[in-house]
Amino acid sequence: MPKTKINIKNISYFYGEKQALNNVTLDVPEKEITVFFGPAGGGKTTILRLINRLNDLVEGTKLEGKIYVDGRDIYSPETNVPDLRRQVGMVFALPLPLPGTVRENVLYGPMLAHINGRAQEDEILYRSLSQAALWDEVKDRLDDPASELSGGQQQRLCIARSLALEPDVLLLDEPTSGLDPISTAKVEESLFALKEEYTIIIVPHSIQQAGRVADRAAFFLMGELIEYKPGKELFTNPQQEKTEDYITGRFG
Amino acid sequence: MNPPDKTQRNWSTFFIEALIRLLGFSSIGFVLLIFLFLLQEGIPAFFQVPLGNLLSELWYPTFDLYGILPLLLGSLLITLTAILIAVPLSVGTAVLVREAAPPWVREVLKPMIEALAGIPSVVLGFLGMTLVAPIVQKLGAPTGLTAFTGALILAYMSMPTIISVAEDALDTVPKSYRDAGLSMGATKWQTIWRVVVPAARSGIVTAVMLGLGRAIGETMAVMMVTGNAARMPLSLDSLFRPARTMTATIAAEMGEVAHGSIHYHMLFGIGLILFTLTFIINLIAASTIFKKRKKGGLR
Repeated sequence: MPKTKINIKNISYFYGEKQALNNVTLDVPEKEITVFFGPAGGGKTTILRLINRLNDLVEGTKLEGKIYVDGRDIYSPETNVPDLRRQVGMVFALPLPLPGTVRENVLYGPMLAHINGRAQEDEILYRSLSQAALWDEVKDRLDDPASELSGGQQQRLCIARSLALEPDVLLLDEPTSGLDPISTAKVEESLFALKEEYTIIIVPHSIQQAGRVADRAAFFLMGELIEYKPGKELFTNPQQEKTEDYITGRFG
Repeated sequence: MNPPDKTQRNWSTFFIEALIRLLGFSSIGFVLLIFLFLLQEGIPAFFQVPLGNLLSELWYPTFDLYGILPLLLGSLLITLTAILIAVPLSVGTAVLVREAAPPWVREVLKPMIEALAGIPSVVLGFLGMTLVAPIVQKLGAPTGLTAFTGALILAYMSMPTIISVAEDALDTVPKSYRDAGLSMGATKWQTIWRVVVPAARSGIVTAVMLGLGRAIGETMAVMMVTGNAARMPLSLDSLFRPARTMTATIAAEMGEVAHGSIHYHMLFGIGLILFTLTFIINLIAASTIFKKRKKGGLR
């Protein structure tokens, strides 16, 4: 088992009265693809948002337990939240280019982090767009509005935008839910290339996708972690009855 | 209108439909009638008064001098200054109310801002004369009743409109934009200024245009505080000298003018110019809204 990147310890989370997560504990290994899957309302997205503290601004929520990234408690007062979010990038379900050109979108994060200089910018553009398997398609359109790209290209642009900050961890929340099969395949391909360097957690949009990409898989149901083990094992030989029922399509 | 069902048409449905249609068309009809009336009364002025006279710098109706430039420029000077003051304040307030303030502050501020829009302009003019004018005079103006005083009052009057529309625009920016900004390591304020505000840009432009339309058409408060001297506002200190707007001219002189005289038609002519200006402003505002829709999801 490779080195652990993220420790999640006894996490419970509440939106007001409603409990979204119940005592979840798991370790996410470095440079692998970990899949969080399960039916809607299981708490998968909530966990992702907790790992880069996006839920900080949501009012009336309560967190119990600890999350460590590289052994550091990310909810301790010493944590610099913008730095944490640069280290832990996130890609959302809907492709969401910011208003502006392709170039501006990719360089937005680095610009906020005060990286500048033309040569450095060009290098970041090339590196992150290539990593997202998008460079060949947009290299002549860098100054076009990002909104003119196709849906699949927009989503890979969002991945490139996160990669531009050179994060260690990439969180993807149903990144292919709005895409056609060909674009989905391209995004998945880029994920396989990316895991050489990045720790990836993905909430897939189907069980099939979970099976295709998972090095490790965690099955969530109603805010509880039901089963967590290497992907091949979990999908071929689930130990828990609920997991098996879900995988074989008996509910969900 | 072919109702799909074969049963006899329901009379109450028919009646209500007819009534709604009548009301809808009549409101368009009234606006059209007003415009036609304005045209009928205003157009003769432009034939009766020679162009050289119209474009001169002197507005002395008693001597048949009908130069509209001082009035036009007076209106523009006061309105533009008002907008320059109002826009940064309003957008800042909208951002504060929508993005930065804790919920209870928002709950208190929002109705207060909307209540401001309901203050009668006479009352504001009164406040302007008694409170603002002395301050402007202390700043070194020869009199307190100046273009700048008018601009301050107008800015104050247009702010509720701009704030409330801009705030709605900010509100329609999807939460996911904020998440995207934050997840790239932007601070809350970087996200607001570099992601949320640009994404709401077209709505904010609309807000400014509506405020502009409100400011340029305002009469009473402006008439009370600007000093009403029809002089060309061309020198640098014009802002701190009295000026006169088109609206104030119409309001002040319409009461004492002989029906059907050149002066009478001229006042309607000014109304026509004013109407055209606000129409253009509203057109620009509407076209930015339209563009926003055309772009779809990106907004």
